Amino acid sequence: MTLKLRLDPTACTGHALCADLLAERIELDEWGFPIILGDVPPSLAAHARRAVRACPTLALELLPTRDDSREERARHRERDS
Amino acid sequence: MSQLREYADEAAEPRERTAGRRLTIGWQHAGRPADLREHYERYGPLPDGGRGGRRSRRGLVDAVAAAGLTGRGGAGFPTGTKMRAVVSRRGPAVVVANGMESEPASEKDQALLARAPHLVLDGAVLAAQAVGADTVHLCLDRTRNWQVDEVLRAIEEREQARLDPIRLLVHELPRHYVASEETALVRWLNGGEAKPMATPPRPFERGVQRRPTLVDNVETLAHVALIARFGPNWFRGAGRPECPGTMLVTITGAVRDPGVYEIEAGSRVGDVLAMSGENDSDSILIGGYFGTWHTTADIAPLPMTTAGLRPAGASVGAGVLFALPAGSCGITEAARVLDYLARQGAQQCGPCMFGLPAIADDFAQLAAGRPEGDTLARLARRLPVITGRGACRHPDGAVRMAASALTAFAADARAHAAGRPCLGAHRRRPDSGGPPIPRPGAEGEWR
Repeated sequence: MTLKLRLDPTACTGHALCADLLAERIELDEWGFPIILGDVPPSLAAHARRAVRACPTLALELLPTRDDSREERARHRERDS
Repeated sequence: MSQLREYADEAAEPRERTAGRRLTIGWQHAGRPADLREHYERYGPLPDGGRGGRRSRRGLVDAVAAAGLTGRGGAGFPTGTKMRAVVSRRGPAVVVANGMESEPASEKDQALLARAPHLVLDGAVLAAQAVGADTVHLCLDRTRNWQVDEVLRAIEEREQARLDPIRLLVHELPRHYVASEETALVRWLNGGEAKPMATPPRPFERGVQRRPTLVDNVETLAHVALIARFGPNWFRGAGRPECPGTMLVTITGAVRDPGVYEIEAGSRVGDVLAMSGENDSDSILIGGYFGTWHTTADIAPLPMTTAGLRPAGASVGAGVLFALPAGSCGITEAARVLDYLARQGAQQCGPCMFGLPAIADDFAQLAAGRPEGDTLARLARRLPVITGRGACRHPDGAVRMAASALTAFAADARAHAAGRPCLGAHRRRPDSGGPPIPRPGAEGEWR
């Protein structure tokens, strides 16, 4: 399942640990603030979770992508019916 | 459709029928707000005396949707869709009327509240009834105390007439460019600072007191009041099918008669500009300080609508047209606006806190013709990096304005970057007629 990184820019103060732990998807701008480069494939999910946990200001979140959540709902519907 | 019948088009139209004038009827005669009696003479009473049954109130949402009204505050979102989103949420709703008008070059909301406060209040009350709210919060800029007094007087008049079954509360918010953003209003009304918040949740999901909240610009609400009276088909009698109705615009800068004008939506930019008299300006800033610079010849033939302006990378925004005085330096004026915007951030998000001052500094070097290194290359690298990374659209708007200046004044920008600033930059005086920059006020004050 592909995951989506969401950053709360009002919480982020640029500690930049996330860019170390998930360099494949997060780079820093010249002022030291993270730029998210794209969604997280399953192969990077563990790294992404580590980056989320490491953020001192809890500014980073890992969410299911919209398509996945739609599939998820469809699965639930099937199970319920 | 049956619900729309209650807003049938046979309803009386405004008596004083001046072509294209709806919100601005009678403005030329009055230097003061219309009182309740004058307001009724102009527009007639509220449908059902303002106390319509539940069905007719819900009918208003459909009427607004059928009218095709879009928000007049800058984003241009369909008002009916927004109302429906609030109605679809559970629990009592709240209405916030946004009269902050923090765009320095815009005066239309101030003009509207100063001439037709009851039209705005009618719209706010009707919208509240339609979405199931018992309170309207009208947000105003606390530095405009005369405006607050006038609006309070109008509300007092309504209270004496026992007009509204809805509570009308006026709030005076601190003055900042971003304080008028809808999430900033909600945050302030909930006891916080007037700073934008990360979304979701949007106000319609969770707003004032965690309730579903409808935030509408005051001009938008004035149109709602007219749609309630005269119906969606009447509303569509002006403008174009894809952008119906009229809208207020502010025309400033190097024009003969600067001021607020009412136009039919979809009018060509050149025709709108011509309403304010002849001018010899080569370039305009359209939309506001989040807007874009263009050579007048390029933008004049385009209709002033979202779709019409899109090919030029422009948008209607808050309906601002600023004509750059002939002989002025566009790079210098863009640098002044950018410096203002950089200082007006809420200091919440890194890309805005550090990125905007950085590009404002690049622009200042460019304007002065004293580049440090390759300023244009640095801007080409920095501008795209900042966009889309703030909680609100403040950085995006500032970047857009800056990027458009580099395009509209490309030859000039290259000369400045090579250390050869134009004559307009040399000759600039404080009274040269550039875009207005508000004097720094109590800028540390956010509560």
